[in-house]
Amino acid sequence: MSVQPGQVSSEIDPPSETPGESPPSGLWRVASGQLAHNRAAMGALLVLVVIVAACVAAPLYARYVAHTNPFQFNVSGTTVSDGKTVPVLQQSTTGLRLGVTPIGPTWSLSHYFLGADNDGRDVFARLLYGGRTSLVIGAGSAVLCCLLATIIALIAGYFGGIVDGVLSRLMDFVWAFPVYLLAISLSVVLLASGGLNVGPLHLASNSLWVPTLIIAGCYLPYVARPIRGQVLSLRRSEFVEAAVGVGASDVRIIFRDLVPNILPTVIVFAPLMMAINMLTESALSFLSIGVRPPNASWGTIINDGIGLLYTRPAVTIAPGLALAVVAVALNVLGDGVREAFDPRGRRFGRV
Amino acid sequence: MLRFALRRALSTVVVLWAISVMVFLIFFGTPGVDPALRIAGRDASPQVVATVRHEYGLDKPLPVRYALMMYHLLIRRDITSYVNPGLKVVPEIASAVPVTLSLVIGAAVIWMLVGLAMGLVGGALRGSPIDPLLTAVGVLGVSLPVYWLGEVVNLITQSRLHGSLFSWVPPPGYVSPAQSLSGWALHLLFPWLTLAVLYAGIYSRVFRAELVTALGEDYVRTARAKGISERRVLFRHAARCSLIPVISLFGLDFGALVGGGALVTEVVFGLPGIGLLTYNSLQTLDLPVIMGTVLYAAFFVVLANAVVDVFYAALDPRVRRA
Repeated sequence: MSVQPGQVSSEIDPPSETPGESPPSGLWRVASGQLAHNRAAMGALLVLVVIVAACVAAPLYARYVAHTNPFQFNVSGTTVSDGKTVPVLQQSTTGLRLGVTPIGPTWSLSHYFLGADNDGRDVFARLLYGGRTSLVIGAGSAVLCCLLATIIALIAGYFGGIVDGVLSRLMDFVWAFPVYLLAISLSVVLLASGGLNVGPLHLASNSLWVPTLIIAGCYLPYVARPIRGQVLSLRRSEFVEAAVGVGASDVRIIFRDLVPNILPTVIVFAPLMMAINMLTESALSFLSIGVRPPNASWGTIINDGIGLLYTRPAVTIAPGLALAVVAVALNVLGDGVREAFDPRGRRFGRV
Repeated sequence: MLRFALRRALSTVVVLWAISVMVFLIFFGTPGVDPALRIAGRDASPQVVATVRHEYGLDKPLPVRYALMMYHLLIRRDITSYVNPGLKVVPEIASAVPVTLSLVIGAAVIWMLVGLAMGLVGGALRGSPIDPLLTAVGVLGVSLPVYWLGEVVNLITQSRLHGSLFSWVPPPGYVSPAQSLSGWALHLLFPWLTLAVLYAGIYSRVFRAELVTALGEDYVRTARAKGISERRVLFRHAARCSLIPVISLFGLDFGALVGGGALVTEVVFGLPGIGLLTYNSLQTLDLPVIMGTVLYAAFFVVLANAVVDVFYAALDPRVRRA
């Protein structure tokens, strides 16, 4: 990798690559090569691919293997356990013999593998469907967050002056808000008002866009701040001055000179943000202000399982484990990506 | 230095004001949210809703309502809940603060000790099998959903092993230290540990990364070249400089947690702190309480930010001119 020894690093280390050379094929080739040799990161990637594939195949599993509809109440249904036909919801055998207890894990993939929830729905099938929601919201909000943060950082860092002042102050306000409180406040208001109506745009309150947008917005400053710092230092670098000097347009400078240089930073952020966003989504859903029925996510399933925690803990434990596994995989992958792009292992974006 | 501190204090006030406006607009300015409808109840007649709207001053223009709310919240301090009219918001928050402080301070002690020790050992023993092991533990801590971990802890200590190993664990809740010091610590032990897991993970990762960077710096090489022992190089030179970013991070995290960031932990363990108060008032859209708790939270976060900035400026004169 070509590191420019004379390169000025005023606030933040600029990515080590030849400035102005676009596309920076060298950096990308070296980084992807290094990532491919990182066994932990590749293992994490494999785990992610397997989990994503399983969640994508959720309808197939529900239809052809489990033969259930995990979104329909099945209070009086029956299933097969140990070769015997048993009701999905069993009469309580303790206390006053009131109420029912759902069947526990049967460990048979075609018959309520992880048992049923209070409404007689197949927990394992719901887990796969919930994974789709959690992954989509996590990935969607991470991409959205990184994209918006890049745009804001580019505008603020490149144009500077009053534009930067206004954007940076706005980011400061959001930053000063505890993430959970902001996300919770926005969710509660949007749910109470029955969705969002901005001009012709209408978002139903059970739309997956609501948590996606809220989470992306809450973490915006965390990504935008370091990138803005990087844009600021790039703005003062010689190759950008040279581009200004030869009369290149703002658009050209931004897209040909700045974007290729900050792209590695943005890419490093993506998997880590996805892990954080998935955890935030699940926490909101757990507080029943994230994903709304009929959709399910790992957070809502954990919430469903709270009432059954002491009798049927599998309903709570399984989605939490799934979430933890995905988050670990994303963090390991993210660390791998960071090492690949930044061989010195230095944390960037810290002033 | 004094000028810097004054300027920072002024901007802190501005940020707090902006946050209060933002919260106010989120709850009162969002189209489709009508607090009068909520107070009046589900099937209230239009006349009742109109009366409620007038009584609560919800028919006045937004700026007037904002001014009135802030006047009652900050100056008269007699603002009452919409849902439970006898409930005064400010004393309610004041009584929740010690619970949150107990939770956060205890957890902070644990996570700083554990996180820094893990980071130090990992950074110092780079290349040995202990380092990747500690890194893995740190990643796991960062990746576990806190509320879920809390529920699993509840499952184990309250139900599964309550008969044998954890028979000494009291039911979830809070006991004030004035009432019983040991009861206080026993009730908070598992909430502390649960909350500390996440942050110990974060801090071990950050501290290790800083330490590894510092150990590669020129001044460490110089110190080694002078013949100083490796232990002294690690503690007196590398670790000291690596602590600065960790401490600034700690300021921000601590502020956010005291401000209600520990909400899910409080909900899971039934601790009546700021987080639980906020959560309960959000469930009923009790706007005065929410305004109070969110402003209180923002106050702590902004204060922590300011303290960290001044701390940095005291250490590094370049920051003062920025």
